[in-house]
Amino acid sequence: MEIYWYIIIAVVLAIFFILDGYDFGVGIIHLFFAKEEKDKEVISKSAGLFWDSNEVWLVAGGGMLFMAFPKLYASAFSGFYLPLIIVLWLIIFRAIGLEFRNKINVQMWKDFWDKAFGVSSLLLALFFGIALGNVVRGVNLGGVTNGVSIYESHYFFLPLWNSSFSPLSESPGVIDWFTIIIGLIAVVTLAIHGASWIILKTNSSINKKLISVIGKLNIALIVLTVLSLIIWNLVNPNSLDNFMDKPYLIIFPLIYFTGLIGMLFQRKIKKDLNRFLLSTAIILGGITSSLASMFPIIIPSTNSINEPLTIYNSSASNYGLSVAFIWSIIGLILVFIYAIIQIRFRSGKIDKMDYGH
Amino acid sequence: MDDIIFYDRLQFAFTITFHYIFPQLTMGLSLIIVYFKWQYIRKNIEKYNDAAKFFMKIFAVNFTMGVVTGIPMEFQFGTNWAKFSELTGDIIGQTLAMEGLFSFFLESSFLVLFIFGEKLMSKKMHFLMAFLVFFGSWASGLFIIATNAWMQHPVGYEILDNGKYVLNNFSAIFNNPWLLPAFLHNQLASLTTSAFVVASIGAYYILRNKNIEYGKLFLKTGVIFGFVSSVLLIFPTGDWNAKNVVKYQPASFAAMEGIFDTEKGGTEIVLIGQPNMIEKKLDNKIAVPDVLSFLTYKKWNAEIAGMDKFTEDELPDNIPMLYYSYHIMAGLGTIFVAIMGFALFLLYRKKLYNYKSLLWAIMFLFPFPYIANLLGWYVAELGRQPYLVYGLLKTSDGISPTVSSGNTLFTLLGFMGLYFLLGLLFLMLVGKTINQGPKPQNI
Ligand code: HDD
Ligand code: HEM
Ligand code: HEM
Repeated sequence: MEIYWYIIIAVVLAIFFILDGYDFGVGIIHLFFAKEEKDKEVISKSAGLFWDSNEVWLVAGGGMLFMAFPKLYASAFSGFYLPLIIVLWLIIFRAIGLEFRNKINVQMWKDFWDKAFGVSSLLLALFFGIALGNVVRGVNLGGVTNGVSIYESHYFFLPLWNSSFSPLSESPGVIDWFTIIIGLIAVVTLAIHGASWIILKTNSSINKKLISVIGKLNIALIVLTVLSLIIWNLVNPNSLDNFMDKPYLIIFPLIYFTGLIGMLFQRKIKKDLNRFLLSTAIILGGITSSLASMFPIIIPSTNSINEPLTIYNSSASNYGLSVAFIWSIIGLILVFIYAIIQIRFRSGKIDKMDYGH
Repeated sequence: MDDIIFYDRLQFAFTITFHYIFPQLTMGLSLIIVYFKWQYIRKNIEKYNDAAKFFMKIFAVNFTMGVVTGIPMEFQFGTNWAKFSELTGDIIGQTLAMEGLFSFFLESSFLVLFIFGEKLMSKKMHFLMAFLVFFGSWASGLFIIATNAWMQHPVGYEILDNGKYVLNNFSAIFNNPWLLPAFLHNQLASLTTSAFVVASIGAYYILRNKNIEYGKLFLKTGVIFGFVSSVLLIFPTGDWNAKNVVKYQPASFAAMEGIFDTEKGGTEIVLIGQPNMIEKKLDNKIAVPDVLSFLTYKKWNAEIAGMDKFTEDELPDNIPMLYYSYHIMAGLGTIFVAIMGFALFLLYRKKLYNYKSLLWAIMFLFPFPYIANLLGWYVAELGRQPYLVYGLLKTSDGISPTVSSGNTLFTLLGFMGLYFLLGLLFLMLVGKTINQGPKPQNI
């Protein structure tokens, strides 16, 4: 049961990062590359029409995490208190930018909300990457100082940073040089993803330019990936064990590298959809490989006193999980049906579509 | 009270109050939109379709606000109420996760298709989209109130050795005797809010001599829906809820009715009065003898426990606020019935559209159902104190053990600033939509 829920939640959150990921990416691209009003408008629209139904995946993923792993939810959400609340503020700010930009036809108004949308997308991407970095690195569970836990063994509290910025210290902060690198990877990845989406969904005048932008970003991503892998091993020396034990898990890193290498040849791609699929592969592969390398641990402990949080020691009761199993199957089938209906009505380029404007 | 608990509670109260401004309109309005769409199919008059589309615009702005303020609500269970989440997550996690999977997906998927898809589908299909949006938002209300009902009156659980509450009977959550009356009362209350908003916009158009055709339609629809729902709010649902409170939370009932001393043979009903917590009595009281006993037990001399029957830590900690919230809610409910009843009477006599003073009143009345709605929740939530889960878990035992009061104050101030901005933008946009009016299409 725990494994079922672990997989379902991972899938739901991965879908969130793939779907909402492109509109974060769209925000980043918008911030740096959209110059003409016409482009700005279609580009923000290519995110604006969809952010809401994409964010539902976050809400649903959060709800299921709460239900299936209440102890983890309690520990992680209170431990990462400040970064999470800041993420909430950014999500709100970004949504207002998108929704309200076109409601008033004054250039100054639009410029302001464009910037708001762009900057908050960029910061969100960075924060999500940092969050992943924290989960991989682990936290000081129990808040151990001088060999004594000051909290119950599954609680912790992380400051935003501490003075050394080192991931190797006993009680690291949210931001250190390892998590920053993962944060940058997220920014670059989502920018690539967003650019592919713009090319797929719009006829904006910068589409040509974006192709070469993707090329450059991809090189940057390769460099960052190599760098992070080296540090990763330093921070979490057991990260390869799972792949040794269960070789079939290699499939996840393979997905990542297929995306990454495939993207090198994206200029030759005929169908825009394929480019988007490659960037999707990078995100999917990245998330799943990180999870696979840690399984069944979800939050490692940086001290040797308290046990890490795993899917087994943080889950809900068996009865609860089994009842939820039944309704979740029904729910997921329904969601699948809605998705098909949506795709039927929404395919094609945004600027050609008549959305009643 | 400890700082940290105070800030945690204040932050929750502030953010939920702000969140609940929006869903109460969307839940009621979605039903009125379905009604307009249905009339359009039946009578095939464009006016009804325009009305549906106009209110969908207002709905959409509200919906966005509901979503962005709802996500912090879900997060706060983990960030500020970690101990509560850890101990009860096995149970309330069920309803919250079901809400995400069954209602939010439904609502948001079909809302997009409703707003942008009219040209892509037949009339009947488009009606179906409106219906699904309505269905999704009411389902969401049901799940969230099931969550709250469990906190008010926990059922279907067992307690493990480590203090955790785990589910042992899933269907009990939905058969909770607290759930149905609370759900019906709450949905009628949202319907009241939106009926008042619809009527208010109608009155505004008529008084400004603008979009008159629509003004009349809105006013009429609003008055009819408003009258029916506010009557049903008082009886049977308000009454039904009160009986539940007496039965399951007697201490809370004594406090909200302002009964300091248990009376022998028949308790009076207090209409007006200010609780004086020092002398433990009501100042400036106007009351009718024995009526409360009758309303509660259908017997003029039934005994109702007063606050003297309970110890200090069984009673809610903010009795005056609880008392005022309850009396203002019920008072407003009575006023709503009176005004909407009068308007309905004039409508029937065909005099409503020319009765200027009533139109002014209706135009300015729309904030009051919002107030009654929020205060109703204050009654429920303050009455539940000092427990977070009634009878089981004290509020002070539910907070996050590692988050300090400085951090909570910081985020509380942040939310206040951000929501202030949100509120301004929201008012601006809704005002603009109302001023543009429901333009007939193809022009
Ligand atoms: C327009 C809004 C509105 C109006 C006019 C009324 N109510 Fe109400 N009431 C609500 C909106 C509301 C609410 C916000 O929807 C509540 C909060 C929780 C719930 O389920 O409904 C509620 C709760 C609520 C409760 C439960 C309190 C608890 O859980 O401790 C009682 C006993 C009443 N109401 C009674 C009444 C009576 C007797 C009314 C009229 C005379 C009345 N309400 C009018
Ligand atoms: C139905 C879903 C709801 C749930 C699950 C819920 C849950 C909670 C929780 C966990 C708290 C904090 C602990 C406490 O102070 O007791 C709280 C407090 C509070 N809630 Fe709710 N709530 C819900 C709906 C609402 C609504 C719609 C409102 C109204 C606007 C509201 C108003 C308040 C207030 C004012 C407090 C502070 C009470 C106090 O500090 O004494 N709640 N609620
Ligand atoms: C503490 C309690 C609450 C939590 C955790 C919560 C959570 C949420 C979340 C996460 C959303 C966004 C959903 C999306 O992405 O579409 C939302 C929206 C919504 N909420 Fe709440 N909510 C709470 C209280 C309430 C209450 C008391 C009601 C009504 C009874 C309510 C009714 C709705 C509705 C109908 C929506 C859909 C959006 C809208 O119509 O505005 N919520 N809520």
